[in-house]
Amino acid sequence: MPDALLEADALDVFYGDFQALFGVSLTIAPGEVVAVIGANGAGKSTLLKTFAGQLHPRAGTLRFAGEAVGTLPAFAMVRRGVALVPEGRRLFPSLSVEENLLIGAQAGRPGPWSLQRVFDLFPILAERRRQPSMSLSGGQQQMVAIARALMSNPQLLLCDEISLGLAPIVVKEIYDRLPAITGEGLSLVIVEQDIVQALSAARRVYCLQEGRVALEGDAKSLTREAVSAAYFGV
Amino acid sequence: MQWVNAIVQGVLIGGLYALFAAGLSLIFGVMRLVNIAHGDLIVLASYLALVVVTTLGLDPLTSLVIVVPAMAVIGYALQRLILNRTLGDDLLPPLLVTFGLSVIIQNGLLEWFTADSRKLTAGAIEVQAFQALPGVWIGLLPLLQFAVTIAIIGGLQLLFYRTAFGRAFRATSDDPSVAQLMGLDTRHVFALAMALSLAVVAVAGVFLAVRANFDPAIGPARLIYGFEAVIIGGLGSLWGTLAGGIILGVAQAIGAQIDPGWQVLAGHLVFIAILAVRPQGLFPKVQG
Repeated sequence: MPDALLEADALDVFYGDFQALFGVSLTIAPGEVVAVIGANGAGKSTLLKTFAGQLHPRAGTLRFAGEAVGTLPAFAMVRRGVALVPEGRRLFPSLSVEENLLIGAQAGRPGPWSLQRVFDLFPILAERRRQPSMSLSGGQQQMVAIARALMSNPQLLLCDEISLGLAPIVVKEIYDRLPAITGEGLSLVIVEQDIVQALSAARRVYCLQEGRVALEGDAKSLTREAVSAAYFGV
Repeated sequence: MQWVNAIVQGVLIGGLYALFAAGLSLIFGVMRLVNIAHGDLIVLASYLALVVVTTLGLDPLTSLVIVVPAMAVIGYALQRLILNRTLGDDLLPPLLVTFGLSVIIQNGLLEWFTADSRKLTAGAIEVQAFQALPGVWIGLLPLLQFAVTIAIIGGLQLLFYRTAFGRAFRATSDDPSVAQLMGLDTRHVFALAMALSLAVVAVAGVFLAVRANFDPAIGPARLIYGFEAVIIGGLGSLWGTLAGGIILGVAQAIGAQIDPGWQVLAGHLVFIAILAVRPQGLFPKVQG
């Protein structure tokens, strides 16, 4: 087992001519919970999409479990154990709740997560299993999106803005389940705009600002002043 | 009784139209690709069957054992090597490329097989018929075609809604980029859909070749019937496509009964009427 599960070194990522990430370096250890915070447009989602293989770095190296993976497509990344819960949930509308979960297992990786286990984690989904996925409430849809990603039995789970548009009580309900998920030994990256939420769940934090890492450190040791300086760039 | 007979025959030919349409509907559903070459691929399958029948001495219906897998392989390769490159946010590139493909297939067949009309003969089954009602005779071959169509559409329906394969098709249709996050290689999924589509095309092509004369130029008219059946039935609904084919067949049969010159026109008129009144088709796919 290498020291780092995921190791990004000096990543430059572009959308066409527009550069979204500038020399971003970051490491994630096995079993670690890392938060990535930053303002709108700081490059948080871009970073996760790069880890998941939806975008490819033009420069820099990305290694996962010791293997260079910077050019692999998304379907190959999930087969290697990187699962993304995309921003906005992105459930498959014409599939039922259960079918959405089953398609998550398409990668065929063995591991602790099964339909039964995700139903134990989110019991409401078992009741709603036959329903069309879009008929669920926003919070329940987010649970489906997380459960669907877990069905691939990832080593690294990437969560993009899972609290977006949800009521605080629902956000708390979802965040309360995270220890049960990380208890299986997987690494977790949480991207959030809600800094308090992110800092309370994570052990380490990276703060992005305009495509660069502005601050990194232990979640407990960072001062409010340091975070706000890195976040707003003032 | 003449009229009852016309309607019965119309229903039976409608099954063939539905078979033309099923493959078209399937690939539009999975990848939003409108395949202008669909009719020509049907005719290509007819010629492929002709080659198999003449060189191996097989019965046309037995030739399906070779023609169906061969067309499926052609479909997979076509998608993987050419059509996948045309897919994107813009609907125009696949239209242009399949239009070009249509021209290439027609002219290729013309070079190879000349413009002569061909037909496959299936032997005694072609003329066997039974009297269903006084004055209403049903041919064994058209009945077999109809039964095969229902079996294929029922089979596709099961495949789409009851299997992991179908689940992958529907997920890819909903959102190709998220489907990739699920470990699905969408290029492979699209190629499988095209292989399946051309397997259905192969059956349609063989039945077409047994039923009537064919030559390299008749593809586009089959495409029109296929399109009309899909639109009448409502996009994305396989049983709707069957109903659309039957409505088209019955309209043509009734038109022909009134005046033989009106056969094709009557079908188009019914299509336009339905398009005017219910542009979404009779049985559009309901979400969820």
